[in-house]
Amino acid sequence: MATAPELPFQVVLDDHGPGLYRHLVGVLGPHDGADCYQEAVVAALRAWPPRHDGNLRAWLFTIAHRKVIDAARARSRRPVPVAELPAAATEMVAVGGDGGDLWAAVRRLPAKQRVAVALRHGEDWAYPDIAAALGCSEAAARQSVKAGLDRLRQEGWS
Amino acid sequence: MAPDDDGAAMDHDQESAEPAVSAGLRATLLAGPPVNDSDAEVATGAALARADAEGLVEVAVGSVDSPIGALRLAATTAGLVRIGFPRDEDRFADELARDLSPRVVRLAARIDPIRRQLDEYFAGRRRHFDLEVDWALVRGFRRRTLQLLAAEVAYGRTVSYLELATAVGSPRATRAVGTAMAVNPVPVVVPCHRVLRTGGGLGGYAGGLDTKRWLLAFEGRPASD
Repeated sequence: MATAPELPFQVVLDDHGPGLYRHLVGVLGPHDGADCYQEAVVAALRAWPPRHDGNLRAWLFTIAHRKVIDAARARSRRPVPVAELPAAATEMVAVGGDGGDLWAAVRRLPAKQRVAVALRHGEDWAYPDIAAALGCSEAAARQSVKAGLDRLRQEGWS
Repeated sequence: MAPDDDGAAMDHDQESAEPAVSAGLRATLLAGPPVNDSDAEVATGAALARADAEGLVEVAVGSVDSPIGALRLAATTAGLVRIGFPRDEDRFADELARDLSPRVVRLAARIDPIRRQLDEYFAGRRRHFDLEVDWALVRGFRRRTLQLLAAEVAYGRTVSYLELATAVGSPRATRAVGTAMAVNPVPVVVPCHRVLRTGGGLGGYAGGLDTKRWLLAFEGRPASD
């Protein structure tokens, strides 16, 4: 197998494209997620190959992450549709429930908490990689995950 | 200010411990949001079309099914640059990345015209390929020899290594002509299967002698061995 500088970009798309798409739909919703995915793929191809071998999934997600934060902030400035307001907390239980509703709750989190929770528990990333993707310390990444999970619990997700 | 600050005073335990999460919540998060695989493919196709419009797709790849197996195809913006036999499949993309550019992606828009002409050829409806060829993968004497072959030796005809060497101006270079055929980056389209030994022997073929024999018979020129 070729090392990163000579690896065909298609291999990165095959290995990590579907995971990135799912992650972005999770944190941004179907429409903004698909837009952000396209922008990230174009930006990644423009930057390909990276200067150093390493974790290509983290490299790709980190390129996407700046666009996630931008898109999330743009979205937070728009009025929230009534349908996306939290339902009664007593009706929301994650176990056996609709994952789509849980992800709608994730998308109501502040951008950094949302990405941190999605990377830690949606993608099973380790904290050093989350910290790199968020551009923060590992401790701060843990704190973002904790704050996001606390908020989800306050909304009734257990 | 949105409450996405990192949080201020944390004691050591909070900094190093995994924040608690229930098994049920984690399982639901790990399952991901509801997504169709086909949606991801559509988004990837749209992204690569945008990237191509920006000139970022240096090598497009695809494939075409044929009676001699699935052929891998590659094209730059200059034209068809490589055709690979099934035996080349594992290293096809890696070699393009090494020899041309690592910006290799599947891009149907650039591959489809090539695929169509090969389909027509194998259906018996095309005897001459009307495709731009990017010769970037072969140089000098080898490139000149392959270009002469493509221009002069039509469907259903054959030529000997010696005749081709003579035609390219180096009648003693039959071995070098054989090497040029062996490294032909675009077999079938540049018809190195039409080059035989003096007397009609098969000689060699990068796609295997059975493939060479099949192509010659298909074009109505069965080989003598």
